[in-house]
Amino acid sequence: MNCFEIKNLDLFYGGFQALKKINMEIEAGMISAFIGPSGCGKSTLLKTLNRMNDIIEGCKITGSVRLYGEDIYNGADVNLLRKRVGMVFQKPNPFPMSVYDNIAFGPRTHGIKARCELDAVVENSLRNAAIWDEVKDRLKKSALGLSGGQQQRLCIARALAGSPEALLLDEPTSALDPISTGKIEELLLTLREKYSIIIVTHNMQQAARISDSTAFFLHGEVIEKSDTKTIFARPADKRTEDYITGRFG
Amino acid sequence: MRKAKLKLSERILRALTWAAAFLTASVLVFIVGFIFIKGLPYLKPSLFAWNYNSENVSLMPALISTVYMTFLSLLAAVPLGVFSAIFLTEYSKRGNKFVALVRVTAETLSGIPSIVYGLFGMLFFVNFLKWRYSVLAGAFTLSIMILPLILRSTEEAIIAVPDNLREGAFGLGAGRLRTVFKIVLPSAAPGIFAGIILAIGRIAGETAALIYTAGTVAQFSVNPMESARTLSVHMYALSNEGLHTGEGYATAIVLLLLVILINAASAWAAKRIGVKK
Repeated sequence: MNCFEIKNLDLFYGGFQALKKINMEIEAGMISAFIGPSGCGKSTLLKTLNRMNDIIEGCKITGSVRLYGEDIYNGADVNLLRKRVGMVFQKPNPFPMSVYDNIAFGPRTHGIKARCELDAVVENSLRNAAIWDEVKDRLKKSALGLSGGQQQRLCIARALAGSPEALLLDEPTSALDPISTGKIEELLLTLREKYSIIIVTHNMQQAARISDSTAFFLHGEVIEKSDTKTIFARPADKRTEDYITGRFG
Repeated sequence: MRKAKLKLSERILRALTWAAAFLTASVLVFIVGFIFIKGLPYLKPSLFAWNYNSENVSLMPALISTVYMTFLSLLAAVPLGVFSAIFLTEYSKRGNKFVALVRVTAETLSGIPSIVYGLFGMLFFVNFLKWRYSVLAGAFTLSIMILPLILRSTEEAIIAVPDNLREGAFGLGAGRLRTVFKIVLPSAAPGIFAGIILAIGRIAGETAALIYTAGTVAQFSVNPMESARTLSVHMYALSNEGLHTGEGYATAIVLLLLVILINAASAWAAKRIGVKK
């Protein structure tokens, strides 16, 4: 089953075309990686999947994106969409409030008020993000006191608290040390069964390690998309081969 | 040779910076000390009598009026300033002509001498609206005076909130309203309170704008349509009459302590409301 179906998507920032005629299907229940050099449009495409580009002035989008068959650009409630499609950013961005309130922010936004229900969501999300044991004694303390890696796992937990169907990660480990990166990669592998995960990464080894399918982007176009083993072993396009063998990027 | 020369210039520079720092600090110490020496002997219990008369020249009514005036002015100016700043930073589009106009206006308003505000307050609130000399006319005049200050400091504080916090909130499906009130404003609270503290300083120290709007009656009344004098105006009146200069200095001590107290309270409130580190 396809989680996302993207058809003829063009995206412009003012006069600059950042994405050109993207057609892509992203399967549910696996990890898909977007790779490519800086400025190739991989993060931009990721942000069209939960309409984070709406915030950017002068951004224009044509074409369609469907989430389980529903067009997310025509008449969809954008706040509900962002609940269904969680997002984790490049730099950990915990809110300046307690660990508990960070996780509860999403559920509260969507109308969950009862204390016992929130308690359960917070614990579940933190357990799912493999950080419960590290923070269970300091739920009421500020999230800013956590280490960078812990903060990023907290942000993953925060996205999971809305029980999303898909999880978007925009270079989630680029600001972290190797040990924290390893923990996040392990975590993503355990989450794969429950959520469709799409990860943008600069790190080709990371894509090779954890993803099931990989798409290679260049200059706003998708050059090639296939399962990860194939793309790293026998890339169909010369440019893909040049990139993954380190000839540019 | 060269080394020795360098050392000399270094020493001169160090002496200069020390001298500058010392001079700045000593001016403050001198002023405060001067006021205390002149005023302390007059700081008698009779100065804090509930009712003012020309015998005791009590500052108590003025003290209460100052707090009252500050409260009323902030009540009018803070919501207006903060909400305007939210609109300018979070809701308006970049490069909006109206926003540019509001900014220029705010900047111009903050550079106008307070006597001009006083004159405007007298012509508009006191005469045109027929409020006569009243605490309300004074408070409204002062709130116009401090509005640009609060607007600008709130704007700066909101702009300083990192964008990735907004992104995080939007990414969780929070709308703009919820993002502003739950994420942006709490993070900006210390900066907003810094602006409010500055505004309190201007209110407490204001005389010119108040003499023409709130009048100089030395009694306190809860009714905001009555005239009243703040501590600064009280001091001005005492030193103007020349009969109670000593009591004027004593009033200055009380004003100084009051401002310190209000600032401390605001800083404490900022800590409680704002971000907990």
